[in-house]
Amino acid sequence: MSSTSNKNILNTPPTGGERGTVIKADKLTKRFGDFTAVDQISFEVNKGEIFGFLGANGAGKTTAMRMLCGLSLPTSGTGRVAGFDVYKENEKIKRNIGYMSQKFSLYEDLTVKENIRFYAGIYGKSDKFIKDKTEFILKQLHMENEADKLVKALPLGWRQKLAFSVAIFHEPQIVFLDEPTGGVDPVTRREFWSMIYQAAESGITIFVTTHYMDEAEYCSRVSIMVDGRIDALDTPSQLKKSYQAKSMDEVFLKLARKAARSESNPTKTA
Amino acid sequence: MEELAVKRTSNSPFRGLGGKQFVSFVRKEFYHILRDKRTMFILLGMPIVQIIIFGFALTNEVKNSGIAVYDQSKDAATTSLIAELAASRYFDVRQDLFSYEEIEKIFRRGKIKLAVVFPPHFKEDLQHFNKAQVQIIADASDPNVANTLTNYATAIIMDYQQRITNDRKLPYTIDTETKMLYNPELKGAYNFVPGVMAMVLLLVCTMMTAITIVKEKEMGTLEVMLVSPMKPLMIVIAKAVPYLMLSAINIASILLLSVFVLGVPVNGSLALLALESILFTLVSLSLGLLISSGAESQQTAMFISLVALFLPTIMLSGFMFPVENMPLPLRIVSNLVPAKWYYTIVKSVMIKGTGLITIWKETLILAGMMLFFLTMAIKSFKIRLA
Ligand SMILES: Nc1ncnc2c1ncn2[C@@H]1O[C@H](COP(=O)(O)OP(=O)(O)O)[C@@H](O)[C@H]1O
Ligand SMILES: [Mg+2]
Repeated sequence: MSSTSNKNILNTPPTGGERGTVIKADKLTKRFGDFTAVDQISFEVNKGEIFGFLGANGAGKTTAMRMLCGLSLPTSGTGRVAGFDVYKENEKIKRNIGYMSQKFSLYEDLTVKENIRFYAGIYGKSDKFIKDKTEFILKQLHMENEADKLVKALPLGWRQKLAFSVAIFHEPQIVFLDEPTGGVDPVTRREFWSMIYQAAESGITIFVTTHYMDEAEYCSRVSIMVDGRIDALDTPSQLKKSYQAKSMDEVFLKLARKAARSESNPTKTA
Repeated sequence: MEELAVKRTSNSPFRGLGGKQFVSFVRKEFYHILRDKRTMFILLGMPIVQIIIFGFALTNEVKNSGIAVYDQSKDAATTSLIAELAASRYFDVRQDLFSYEEIEKIFRRGKIKLAVVFPPHFKEDLQHFNKAQVQIIADASDPNVANTLTNYATAIIMDYQQRITNDRKLPYTIDTETKMLYNPELKGAYNFVPGVMAMVLLLVCTMMTAITIVKEKEMGTLEVMLVSPMKPLMIVIAKAVPYLMLSAINIASILLLSVFVLGVPVNGSLALLALESILFTLVSLSLGLLISSGAESQQTAMFISLVALFLPTIMLSGFMFPVENMPLPLRIVSNLVPAKWYYTIVKSVMIKGTGLITIWKETLILAGMMLFFLTMAIKSFKIRLA
């Protein structure tokens, strides 16, 4: 898939920007013992943009995201999500975000409908809201016939799309997606990204990690993490320009060459 | 921007959160339980299977059981009473004895499990004092059989006493004195039931709760829940409630089977027994929660539950091996095993029929353990969140 054909399928990424900052990290750091998993990262995410959080396996993406979601306490630095402090106001943060974990986050022994109902239920939504929205989602995903099937019977791509719909079911301000398209076939990945676009158009800010470089082209802006640090942060076209690269893949390779730790690198310190 | 976010929150429909989240969660938990056959079996089948297997192992044939008689009176009354015993379909009088020493000798041979002893002057005592004595001695190495046999013998003697009293104004009284040889406290069936109750509650509450929470950790679903506005404390409680409910079913089925299949009576207050069982269930649940906060995989959770709970429960709670006979270090360690206290409580209430006055100390210890484990569990849940 070339970058130009991507642009034809999907609209130009929303730029955000004018409407203010929804995530702000300043020298955010997480250490596990001696090991620094996330090393003083600083960035801002604007309302309504699709912010790509790129990096090789083990770069620290999940750890950084967990700090922003209030799942993990930072070692140092500051962070604000939806206007709330990640140290003290994680309860308030939770009410304004959706989260799709890197692991599969639906229950395989529950049906599609039961999963939706459960996650909507723990957000305290009304029965009427749940009913209408469930119908809407099933229609959107073309899964009306699968509503009463167990999730384990669905193909992976379908599950991931369902998991995304569930993550934004309660209409959060920001949704955090941790490698949502890992292992998914290219066609479904494209469908998944058009769902992300729809969500962004409805005003939800998207914070997404991926290690598929072609997906970076879909993002409004991307940051590239290497060994726990953010080594580059800009729009995809600007990054390609400054690294004199033809594709994001090339940008990434140029940066990754300096990496001390990665899944394929035997000197990994973790 | 910040003002905007705050406003959004205060306008959002999150006020009064709680009941609905809780119901959603508990319903989901029941789907998991009901759809997993293995879980269903462990939860509901296991206690029944355990009780029934043990019940069959215990229910011995008591028809035409050989008994021996040591008759020191040899008068009309003892002769007719012995005839009545022999006529019953339960007994078969096989041997006449001439001394107490002989009783132990025939018990050792194993064919005869019960001896009836009439003191000298049985009939005269009855006629002059309206009162006579019979001694029933049982080989209690199989407590269930011993108990059944002595009950039958006592019933036949009482029957005889009623009949001869019928035509008289002053009632005759025949005192039966029962003596259990080898196992005076009738350890066995009676001890087994409290032991099974402790084991089953531990299995259901501790192991199943630990495993189901760790499973959510493994799957990544716990994280998704921790990112939701659901409070960690509520997740913990909602996770425990279905198992508490299932434990109640288990307690009821074990008690019903004990009473109707094994013939173990509930001598004390049923309500007290139920409350104490709920207390022990809560201790087990808290332990399960605590284990789940430390374990990262289902195997680890299972392993910790087995090693840290089942072994000590079997070895040190007193239901397999009497605690009094253990070396001092083990006796001290046994105090840390919750099942030991529960076992003492159930035995007192069910078998000795005592009330709260005699078991308040054990109850307080269990309550203390529950508070301790629960506090630790909730604390570690929060720490992980941070
Ligand atoms: N709880 C933890 N304890 C110790 N090390 C951890 C922990 N979580 C993550 N790490 C380490 O931090 C590094 C970054 O991990 P992660 O954030 O999962 O990377 P990514 O999501 O980019 O693949 C890895 O080397 C990983 O082993
Ligand atoms: Mg990751």
